[in-house]
Amino acid sequence: MLNVGKIEEGFVLDHIKAGKSLDIYEHLQLDKLDCTVAIIKNAKSNKMEKKDILKVECDINLLDLDVLAFIDHNITVNVIKNGEIVEKKDLVLPKQIKNVIKCHNPRCITSIEQELPHIFYLADSEKEVYRCKYCEEKYTESALVKH
Amino acid sequence: MRNLMSPLDFTTEELDRLFDLANDIEHNPGKYAHACEGKILATCFYEPSTRTRLSFESAMTRLGGRVIGFSDAASSSAAKGESVSDTIRVISCYADICAMRHPKEGAPMVAGEKSLIPVINAGDGGHQHPTQTLTDLLTIRSMKGRLNGFTIGLCGDLKFGRTVHSLINALVRYQDIKFIFISPEELKVPDYITDMLREKNIAYEEVIRLEDVMPKLDLLYMTRVQKERFFNEEDYIRLKDFYILNMDKLALAKEDMLVLHPLPRVNEISVEVDDDPRAAYFKQAQYGVFVRMALILTLLELA
Repeated sequence: MLNVGKIEEGFVLDHIKAGKSLDIYEHLQLDKLDCTVAIIKNAKSNKMEKKDILKVECDINLLDLDVLAFIDHNITVNVIKNGEIVEKKDLVLPKQIKNVIKCHNPRCITSIEQELPHIFYLADSEKEVYRCKYCEEKYTESALVKH
Repeated sequence: MRNLMSPLDFTTEELDRLFDLANDIEHNPGKYAHACEGKILATCFYEPSTRTRLSFESAMTRLGGRVIGFSDAASSSAAKGESVSDTIRVISCYADICAMRHPKEGAPMVAGEKSLIPVINAGDGGHQHPTQTLTDLLTIRSMKGRLNGFTIGLCGDLKFGRTVHSLINALVRYQDIKFIFISPEELKVPDYITDMLREKNIAYEEVIRLEDVMPKLDLLYMTRVQKERFFNEEDYIRLKDFYILNMDKLALAKEDMLVLHPLPRVNEISVEVDDDPRAAYFKQAQYGVFVRMALILTLLELA
């Protein structure tokens, strides 16, 4: 069993679907932060059999919970201070997301207008459906923006 | 300052006030002949649409205002690569209100976000065409005296027909409306609309033959199969003549049924139907001017 040390201050993202930790790393733009990050892949899990874990040593305010909730709201977010878990944050689907996913409708104004942000709103929280603010095109998984 | 992007931007109470104003304009045109004196409407049409553009221009002229604008993208700064955001910022300096048609969905919304003057969506691709929906609602309300308690048949291109989608979304806010969708398999109404109707517990049927349901209808909304919505010319040619309303079919309808059509018609309604008292589509074009007059007055806060 691989051992990764405790972090003093930061957050631990637990119960990430196995194999998805690098996507999360990318979408949270952790590569742009000057901090220690541990990516643990395929850890054993009673609940999920296999899971990924991300440990990040940085200010909790630097974490975009909306993006995280949009990608997978089943992830557990543990906030760490002085080496201890001080809070577990519940993720709720954001009402609106900006430049996280891209509208792929070729008829949408976002396909031609310079520097127009790609904004999607939560159209149906039960079915977790997001639609483009401008053309109402439904989000499909392939629309995730690569940073 | 308000814009109009979708027919749902107005509550049903606000729509009632708008339609009351439109009916007052219809009956007392002289009262409004100078209501927009000194005001300018910009018609920014990035794709050709003679009917909608002339309807807006007629509306503003009848209110005593003036009109500037362009009628296709080639004669606008878009041809030089200017963004919609920049164009509307400039137009805001020239006019008091803008009606915008654009082939890209959501373009008028982008304009509305940057504009200093009210923006009316005059059609954005296959997405929304709110002033057509307001026209349809005003026609029904004026000729039937109400907007509830109908069985409405929508016939033709229900897949790409934005006027149909907008009208359905607008009508579900009224009580006791039943929808009958009449279309070939390939042009059926999209799933998100039937899902919405099921969720709201609103009755609907989907059929292929118009004759089978004609006697049940209080309103028949005909649409054209539009060539510009197809990627494939073969599909267009195969489906364009699927429905043609003629006197034989109309003979099955109720005496007081109304036939509506957003126009232009190609051949989906035979010319022989035009003289039947149930044919309301030219009257509808007239109501289009009244409702646009009422809308301009309302958005300019002159009502």
